[in-house]
Amino acid sequence: MSLRRNILDLRKRKDEVRKGGGDEAIGKQAAMGKLTARERILAIVDEGSFHEYDMFVEHAGTDFDMGGKVLAGDGVVIGTGTIYESPVCLFAQDFTVAGGSLGLSHARKITKIMDHALKMRVPLIGINDSGGARIQEGVNSLAGYGEIFFRNTLSSGVIPQISVILGPCAGGAVYSPALTDFVFVVENISKMFITGPAVIKSVLGEDISMEALGGARVHAEITGNAHFFALSEKECFEQIKTLITYIPWNNTQKAKTFPVKEPKSKYKIQNIVPADARLPYDIREIIKSITDGSEFFEIMELFAANIVIGFGRMNGETIGFVANQPKVLAGVLDCDSSDKAARFIRYCNAFNIPIITLEDMPGYLPGVDQEHAGVIRHGAKILYAYSEATVPKITVIIRKAYGGGYIAMNSRHLRADFVFAWPMAEIAVMGPEGAANIVFRKEIAEAEDPDAMRQQKIQEYKDKFANPYVAAAKGYIDEVIEPQETRKILLHALRISASKDVQGPSKKHGLPPF
Amino acid sequence: MAEQEKSQIIIVHSAKYQTTYTKKYENRKVWVEPNLNHINSYIPGTIIDILVKDGQKVAAGQSILILEAMKMYNDIKMPFKGKIVKVFVEIGQKIPKNFLMIQIEPLD
Repeated sequence: MSLRRNILDLRKRKDEVRKGGGDEAIGKQAAMGKLTARERILAIVDEGSFHEYDMFVEHAGTDFDMGGKVLAGDGVVIGTGTIYESPVCLFAQDFTVAGGSLGLSHARKITKIMDHALKMRVPLIGINDSGGARIQEGVNSLAGYGEIFFRNTLSSGVIPQISVILGPCAGGAVYSPALTDFVFVVENISKMFITGPAVIKSVLGEDISMEALGGARVHAEITGNAHFFALSEKECFEQIKTLITYIPWNNTQKAKTFPVKEPKSKYKIQNIVPADARLPYDIREIIKSITDGSEFFEIMELFAANIVIGFGRMNGETIGFVANQPKVLAGVLDCDSSDKAARFIRYCNAFNIPIITLEDMPGYLPGVDQEHAGVIRHGAKILYAYSEATVPKITVIIRKAYGGGYIAMNSRHLRADFVFAWPMAEIAVMGPEGAANIVFRKEIAEAEDPDAMRQQKIQEYKDKFANPYVAAAKGYIDEVIEPQETRKILLHALRISASKDVQGPSKKHGLPPF
Repeated sequence: MAEQEKSQIIIVHSAKYQTTYTKKYENRKVWVEPNLNHINSYIPGTIIDILVKDGQKVAAGQSILILEAMKMYNDIKMPFKGKIVKVFVEIGQKIPKNFLMIQIEPLD
């Protein structure tokens, strides 16, 4: 063959693979509001930056008449590209080819790009859209999943791993996303579960739709498996690109810095918080009144909304924010919010992102359901995560800091680097109402007018303890600050903490309560 | 964020906080003390056999009913020495989870 014919032949071969499962299968995919695997990758990466590998890999099946079948790229696309010029490795399962089912070659393509990402220390983005194991390939398919899980674990805390669920992801396949750092889901498209509706119906008699069992909203709101929820694939891709701007390429680097922007003037920090500690407000307004350009990229917005987590920038640098949300469940700590915050704190610590904690919470959520769901071990996660973290850790106590919650929310005692408090902060074992009922139980019971006595004693307790000065007198708080000074002081504290270096005792690994 | 912005109250240490509920919190299971005299199904299934009759005295640990679920025969035993007050199911009946199958009462 002449060179030209060779080139034409190559192009033909590549075009053939790019057709995936063919027009009919692609049409079905489009009818479900889904893009194809390659379209998805191209929508995420910088224009012209994507290179695909292993296009000509063939499937490994020989049994059940699989030998003669051609499966384009064995149902998965792998490659490298850039997002805002940051390098990434990607794979995308192609549902149009044998339902994106995972056989040996398919798995080997995925593990190849995973190995590459780890070796090059760059983020990995995996797009899941698969019917599951390729049953015709038997145990080889299971082996494939195992190899993926192992690499997810090996890479954990070294490179950012992002999972995007854009189709079914069921049975064992769900565990790769579950092992990664961030999971993205899209309404009506993502479906994740271990056991599907048909089996649940046949053995348990429970009749439930796929969407109600493991749809995007379920995972974003109830299970906490998903971190980002979108209404369309397009919105999802924008979320992924934004996330990439906030995180570093790997655990030895810092996230990219951006030009400093002052917060927007519409956020008046001194006007957001009601003086009465029992009244709600949206803590995100406080975050936006502090961050560069008032930008805040919230994570797990729908799950355990009583705690808010996410990224913002201060002085152009990525900061992880953890904040109690008085607007939801009074901002209490509970099983879900502890789990949510603890995982995020560990993420920030692994990837060199300083943590700012904004505290306003009345304590732990009372209830049999909480106790029986294990609020002790879940609550312990947050203590563990803060104590273990060695990145700069700064706390601002906005209003209430009561009891165990005060300790848990990055207190001095867990080695916060700086603890600031607003003048209306109340740092105490519990709120004045509860404390007065216990401390003055006898006086209240014996009073002629118990209610009047109770109010008097609540006021007495408030005057004495419901302020930041008792804690400040012991040095548990470094400085009581005016709300308007918050950003300035945080910027200063972050500058002072920039080359923080602390070493814990040597160990193989700790044993966090999970 | 919780879609419903309905103002609700959370009580922590005697203080009432104005806030909103999450859907998950609203749907939480309220705990009720289990009635030890009720033998409920702990899994949905089919009644394969009933080994006792109303009024019968039964020793602790004696089999009283066979419930098939998940392709397994589950041998339901008398939890303490007692009397069968009433059998609420019949052989072949398909029952959901938490269905009252047999009411019993203890005997000294």
